[in-house]
Amino acid sequence: MANHGNEAAAVHHGHGHDHGHEGHHDLEALRQMGFWLFLITDCILFGTLFATYIVLHHNTAGGPTASELFEMPGVIAETFILLTSSFTSGLAVLSMNRGDRKGLIGWLIVTAILGASFIGLELSEFIKMVGDGAKISTSAFLSGFFTLVGTHGLHVSVGLCWMIALMIQLSRRGITPVTRRKVNIISLYWHFLDVVWIFVFTIVYMMGVM
Amino acid sequence: MLDRIKDFASGFFVTGDPLIYGADVAIVLTMIAVVAVLSYFKKWGWLWKEWLTSVDHKKIGIMYIIAALLMLFRGGVDALLMRTQLVMPDNDFLKPEHYNEIFTTHGVIMILFMAMPLMFGLFNIAVPLQIGARDVAFPFLNSLSFWLFFMGAMLFNLSFVIGGSPNGGWLAYPPLTEKMFSPGVGQDFYIWGIQISGIGSLMTGINFIITILKMRAPGMKLMKMPMFSWSVLASSLTIILAFPILTVTLALLFLDRFLGAHFFSLDAGGNPMMYINLIWMWGHPEVYIVVLPAFGIFSEVVSTFSKKKLFGYKSMVFALMSISVVSFFTWAHHFFTMGSGADVNAFFAVSTMIIAIPTGVKIFNWLLTMYKGKISFKLPMLWTMAFIPCFVIGGMTGVLLSVAPADFQFHNSYFLIAHFHQVLIGGVAFGYFAGLYYWWPKMFGFTLNEKLGKWAFWLWNIGFYVCFMPQYLLGLMGMTRRYSTYGWDTGWFGLNLVSTIGGFLMGIGFLFQVWQILHSIRFMQKDKTGDPWDGRTLEWSIPSPAPMYNFATEPRVGEVDDWWEEKQRLAAGQAPQPKPALEPIHMPKNSGIPIIKAACWFVAGFGFVFDWLWLAIPGLVGVAVCMLAHSFNYDTDYYIPVDEIKRTEAAARRGV
Repeated sequence: MANHGNEAAAVHHGHGHDHGHEGHHDLEALRQMGFWLFLITDCILFGTLFATYIVLHHNTAGGPTASELFEMPGVIAETFILLTSSFTSGLAVLSMNRGDRKGLIGWLIVTAILGASFIGLELSEFIKMVGDGAKISTSAFLSGFFTLVGTHGLHVSVGLCWMIALMIQLSRRGITPVTRRKVNIISLYWHFLDVVWIFVFTIVYMMGVM
Repeated sequence: MLDRIKDFASGFFVTGDPLIYGADVAIVLTMIAVVAVLSYFKKWGWLWKEWLTSVDHKKIGIMYIIAALLMLFRGGVDALLMRTQLVMPDNDFLKPEHYNEIFTTHGVIMILFMAMPLMFGLFNIAVPLQIGARDVAFPFLNSLSFWLFFMGAMLFNLSFVIGGSPNGGWLAYPPLTEKMFSPGVGQDFYIWGIQISGIGSLMTGINFIITILKMRAPGMKLMKMPMFSWSVLASSLTIILAFPILTVTLALLFLDRFLGAHFFSLDAGGNPMMYINLIWMWGHPEVYIVVLPAFGIFSEVVSTFSKKKLFGYKSMVFALMSISVVSFFTWAHHFFTMGSGADVNAFFAVSTMIIAIPTGVKIFNWLLTMYKGKISFKLPMLWTMAFIPCFVIGGMTGVLLSVAPADFQFHNSYFLIAHFHQVLIGGVAFGYFAGLYYWWPKMFGFTLNEKLGKWAFWLWNIGFYVCFMPQYLLGLMGMTRRYSTYGWDTGWFGLNLVSTIGGFLMGIGFLFQVWQILHSIRFMQKDKTGDPWDGRTLEWSIPSPAPMYNFATEPRVGEVDDWWEEKQRLAAGQAPQPKPALEPIHMPKNSGIPIIKAACWFVAGFGFVFDWLWLAIPGLVGVAVCMLAHSFNYDTDYYIPVDEIKRTEAAARRGV
């Protein structure tokens, strides 16, 4: 299935094309720039969710408050896992830039496993909260909490599916201008989610238990 | 069993109103007719290959415009139903509940499903051609945007016959729209219809920013770009900053209704005023999103039909961009009465007044462009000239409304209704009509009949003033919006009667436009020049309709209004610029994924509307499958060979 010739060719931007490979190259640069704009919109999406959370976070309506609810050891573990996964996704890109497909896929696998463990921990945290009677319908504070943190979790989950699809494509096609752009984009996305998490950790959890 | 089916059907379908039964029959007959015609002429394959799966910006633009005109018809019928109800006191033509539904759908449809798609249609038609590009930056995404808009609009319109229309006003303020007070499905149709099309709008914004920033012809510096493209850039920047807020706001309202969350509820700590802040943080920029491109159209039209360079190019750019920035700092002027205090209200009052400055600059620029110009009064120019006084009056009443203490009197009265219709019809609708008349020959290869167009123009204009001037007075007399009826003792009868007459005059104007289009399709001569208006920008340098690849060779641009300058040089006997040799053209392949993916969104949305997870989840799975299918598809483009380009060019230029 895999075409090993692709790797060497990819380093020199695909000599296989007779004409217009410059055009193709430009197209990939355009797509990457388009993704930056998408990240701006996503930034505003999260900004709006943070704003609603901040407006509502004291409105506990007799339900549990942030300091009663949050268990920091689990949250700190999640944070370290996600930060590490951001580092490993960076290593994946470095492997790609060296033309090392095995290293690239390997580091993506590590990143995905770390991402999945983050999601697992977050889900178990949510399930425990709901079990203790702290549901999205309990109070405005919890509505804001579950929506903000859940939206971040949903983003990470989408990123995981996407990463798996990308690993399959990489193993089939190797490092080409197209797959290179896709790896760059998902790594941007992953770092972005990491930055958002730092804000979640600070504003929701740290300030919540303080 | 039969009883259970009957039971289900009576809740599922909207029943009990003869108007709606009539509409049901009309919808079914139209659908049968469409299917029959397509089958009889064996056009299904053609429709699928040439249109539904097309990623060509010109075809997508045409589809946007057709959909928008249909929506204009529906929104217009809603408007006339309302005016009929209000024609006299104590009228019982429409029941109050029905009236609530109609003012809600009128507003949503006119802004989100008429103005937005008409605007995107014009973006698609004009921008790539104006900047000398072969397509937009992301043609696949462009097609997806269109289909998301289309499916969202269909979902919203479906509420008319299935489940019941939303009735909480065009911005659906909670707590009225919470489950407690709006238990029906209408509000969910509202949320999902707008949500799905809103995602499409967001992607269009991204698409056109990249297109304009990255795909201009060589030599076209930003400050040499046609003004319409500048206005599209300003509008698109505003879209990508404003639409995510709408996405979140609607999602939160949905969570309130679907999972019992408490963002905007009255109990458990929810805050309804937060919704009103959020929705206007999107909603105010939204009105500038739709009006900025109209300003761009007027700039093109004024300069073309006055045969002069646009006066004050730089100040126009500055005005467009500054409006798109300041538009984010005025949202609270929609609810000065919230009680946020004098300081907050003063800030938003001043920021609102500031917007009038760049807008005023533009008006002077247009007037000074006309000054000493050789003006020809073709349809696009007529609409532009009608726009100027209309928008000046609408702008001045807007400044009156921006004075916070005075607004406590004007708030939600017919004075406000008259104001925003004046800027939206006088600004946006007139602007897009001007744009449609202006670029129509580029889309279809013939101009529209002037005589019928003038009838439509005068009916619209006279109708407009007859309809809305009385409403300013009604507002000052104390009539507030959304009244479904009023008593004889109010003294509002005469002015309402006049206003209704004006509404119907505009309706007749619309019918003249339909007649004009049909008549022109039948009788108008093909425009063989590709440049019927003696235009100034690059879109007029190529044949009409433009070939699939737009430009056979990449144009080189030296100055503002490059095509005009080129024509002057040729007329002065200078040799034309040498054209580079033809090369194979890189083009994107058509794709069925956008329409299928949008249809999956439709299914998911419909499922969520009725709380049918068995339908919603497969819909979302379908969306995911479509995304993966697209990601795994590497066969996305092809090359048009030189021979074919030569043949196409020869055929298009044959008549020249």
